[in-house]
Amino acid sequence: MYMDWVYGLVGGLMIGGAAALFLLGNGRIMGASGLIGGVVDGSGRGNLGERLAFLGGLVGAPLIAVLLRGGPPETELTGNAAALVAAGLLVGIGTRLANGCTSGHGVCGISRLSLRGIVATAVYLAAGAVSLYVFRHMLGAV
Amino acid sequence: MKRLLLAAASGGLFGLGLMVSGMTNPAKVQGWLDFLGDWDPTLAFVLGGAILPMFLAWRYAEGRRPALGGSFPAKPDPVIDRNLVLGSAMFGVGWGLAGLCPGPAMASIGYGNPHVWLFVASMIAGMAVTPWTRRKLDALPAKG
Repeated sequence: MYMDWVYGLVGGLMIGGAAALFLLGNGRIMGASGLIGGVVDGSGRGNLGERLAFLGGLVGAPLIAVLLRGGPPETELTGNAAALVAAGLLVGIGTRLANGCTSGHGVCGISRLSLRGIVATAVYLAAGAVSLYVFRHMLGAV
Repeated sequence: MKRLLLAAASGGLFGLGLMVSGMTNPAKVQGWLDFLGDWDPTLAFVLGGAILPMFLAWRYAEGRRPALGGSFPAKPDPVIDRNLVLGSAMFGVGWGLAGLCPGPAMASIGYGNPHVWLFVASMIAGMAVTPWTRRKLDALPAKG
């Protein structure tokens, strides 16, 4: 849509600002999969409070925004339950195996010119494009 | 207490940024990945916009310590191992299929769409079994 790139850029600056705040204040990498995964598998016991506070803000701030504006923004997600379960499992296992996702490897890794972040981002972008091509244009599933 | 407040503020700003940028809409993320279809460049502006403040933050961090104590995370060794490549490939396939990654999935829990909740529950289940999966993978020969 027209002007979407402005919202993208402003939202992006907010995301980077959040990551900079977490880094310069708490000394921590803002990686969503790592922060969630450490709670789920118990590896983040040492700083559980900080993780839960971050996740509380991540879930809570958009929820408050939804309540204030009287509804969620328009989104479009597949309703295919099998696809959602498969995608969730792949994202959960994949990001934990790779030690990062779009925020950790993409935003925090690329910005410090980390080779692992750059390679991970190249791989998941390529895999995502191939996946979408197969599921949308070949199978018509999503 | 300060650490918790700052963590919550950072999480909140992250969530609102994801919302404003349009990244909580799976159709927009899939639009970016749809290079051969109706391509949507928005995600490039989001990633670029996010990397800029972090690039400056990493520069500022050099030779300093975090404001609330401790130390900055060391840069990981530039080792490209099997788990990094295999994990990122799996993540990408799931990302393309649903158009959701962990941050936006969490940020849109409050949108009230049960399909998001199903994705998040599956993602958490996947994270829960990963230590076991990792042990199995690490037991395989290095070149297999």
